[in-house]
Amino acid sequence: MNGLVAQDLAAVLQGRLVEFVRLARAHDFHVGVAEEIDAQRVALSCGLNDAWCLHWGLRALLCSEQDEWVRFDELFDAYWRPTNIRSSYQATPSAPVDSGQRLPDGRSGQQGVAAEADAEGDGAGADAADSGAREGASVGEHLATADFQLLADSGQMRAMERLVERLARKMRRRLIRRQRVHRQGRRIHLRGTMRQCLRFGGMPLQLAYRQRCRRQPRLILIVDVSRSMSLYSTLFLRFARGIVNAFRDAAAFAFHTRLVPVTDALRQSDLSRMRDSLALISQGWSGGTRIGECLGGFNDEYARLLTSRSLVIIVSDGLDTGDPERLAQELARIRGRCRKLIWLNPLLGRSGYEPRTQGMLAALPLLDLFAPAHNLQSLQGLEPVLTGL
Amino acid sequence: MRGENRVADLQTRLAHAGYIAERSLSATLLLFTDLQRPLLLEGDPGVGKTEIARVLAKVFECPLIRLQCYEGLDVNAAVYEWNYQHQLLAIKLLEQGKINPDDAEQQIFSDKYLLQRPLLQAITQPKSPVLLIDEIDRADEEFEAYLLELLSDFQISVPELGTISAVTRPFVVLTSNGTRELSDALRRRCLYHYVEYPEFDKELRIVNARVPEIGPQLARQVVSFVQELRKLDLRKKPGIAETLDWTAALLRLEVPSLDADPQVVLDSLVCLLKTREDSAGLGQIEVERLVTRAI
Repeated sequence: MNGLVAQDLAAVLQGRLVEFVRLARAHDFHVGVAEEIDAQRVALSCGLNDAWCLHWGLRALLCSEQDEWVRFDELFDAYWRPTNIRSSYQATPSAPVDSGQRLPDGRSGQQGVAAEADAEGDGAGADAADSGAREGASVGEHLATADFQLLADSGQMRAMERLVERLARKMRRRLIRRQRVHRQGRRIHLRGTMRQCLRFGGMPLQLAYRQRCRRQPRLILIVDVSRSMSLYSTLFLRFARGIVNAFRDAAAFAFHTRLVPVTDALRQSDLSRMRDSLALISQGWSGGTRIGECLGGFNDEYARLLTSRSLVIIVSDGLDTGDPERLAQELARIRGRCRKLIWLNPLLGRSGYEPRTQGMLAALPLLDLFAPAHNLQSLQGLEPVLTGL
Repeated sequence: MRGENRVADLQTRLAHAGYIAERSLSATLLLFTDLQRPLLLEGDPGVGKTEIARVLAKVFECPLIRLQCYEGLDVNAAVYEWNYQHQLLAIKLLEQGKINPDDAEQQIFSDKYLLQRPLLQAITQPKSPVLLIDEIDRADEEFEAYLLELLSDFQISVPELGTISAVTRPFVVLTSNGTRELSDALRRRCLYHYVEYPEFDKELRIVNARVPEIGPQLARQVVSFVQELRKLDLRKKPGIAETLDWTAALLRLEVPSLDADPQVVLDSLVCLLKTREDSAGLGQIEVERLVTRAI
């Protein structure tokens, strides 16, 4: 800070910068101590006279994904231009904010989300400064056992949705790790090598390899969005979005009285556009359910997706107004062509529920796995099934 | 020089090299050179992410080294590889002469038989190059982790040769289309800029700069047509490259103005619409409506 004459002013500005970085961290930006230091260098390099330069510089430094990129402007204005108060930031319930109240070294205050969710989160405040990763863990613990149905407020809902997406990504990571072991284990193909090297007079100059490569399974997700499922369907669509984005080869369908492919809609990176196109497809959602006919539609039109490495996951409560015999028939057709057939039922997690509906009873003998999906833990339980394939 | 002057200065230098950048992007690039952190560029395809690296190399007057990522990219293709064939031939030749085995080994594992791939190339240049790691989201997570290590230490270890430390630090530009989530660790290490589709004025300047033969009237029409087209619900929105292609096509077809011959415009839309759904969805009536709006 050579350019500034008054030493005090420089110190105050430095403090403000550090505080701003911490505020950003409190708002789920992925920043740590390194960024606090680099923020000073940004200020030095951009100069403090031009607010826009500082704005752009800090934006480049602190943001690391599109979501943060979009939110940054408001955060910056709320902090640096206090006269211009249009900060929805200070108003959100989960945000700990108001930078003024924060202690200079304010570490304890930063874990606002965790502190609010439950008291356990405050235990290890010492290493809190290095990253925001710890927050997720303690909240996750709490949310993992909560029934999806009971998640009322939007903040919790969003946290849950994020967890679901991360889980979907994790499943993919597992699968890839398996694949790598095989790649390392690839061996020299002796026959091929000898054949290839005949032209060098038998000198093995060019090696041929034997590659045992495991391919990722193809995931096909069929989500029930009828009225009885309306409490869960948004969340499962979000889950489907995670899956579709994490797996290169995945397809998602939604159904109530008819079946609609939603893969492309879910793939859109822009959330609001995704919502728009889902809304467009979804006219008549939350109506009655005819599972059998919808699966029939799937068999007629999309059966080409079913191969020996496809994994079909049906998410439905099994409350069906259609013909149970038709359901069993169509399920059998799917079963015959795919690797595994999984049925997730959110009702199954409730105490006292037994699959007694005719549809469900007809389906049961055809399933490889019939599992609850009422909370995050039950979804996590799926992981070994998906990775063990 | 003061911050804002330096930003304006870089902006003009970029413009001279043929890239029209907003001030915010110039400020980011300035910071990128000052802080020596890698820069992560995200944005839809065709908004000019790769072009930024190319122009930076021009502005800094240094070489551009490009690594195109793909699924299954491994160390052999990205960092270095031994030239096995030559090594084996050398062994055969050495067998005939009487050379001490130790010397022979030294000779076989020397720089002569090391094939440098982009990453190794980038850290052994006498002058800092621009290293473009294109579409990092297509590479596997394991490669991403390796890259992370390289970006923090700037050294590569080759078991037979020892550790090769960076002579100069390259300017690293990463681009991503968002087909896969990148790891938080990589994101945190980088500066970040989200490249948006250009505004009308900027795109007009780009078209004028790149295809100067086009008249001012047609340029305006072309740009406003493309801008309107992007507002539609297309599967693949046309990027700047598509706009330039289309402009060149219109020049070639000698179209004086968009409303002169609707059929020719309709035919030339193959430059802008790249999927079957999009070209089927955009009928003649819709195109004519867009044309009238654009004029």
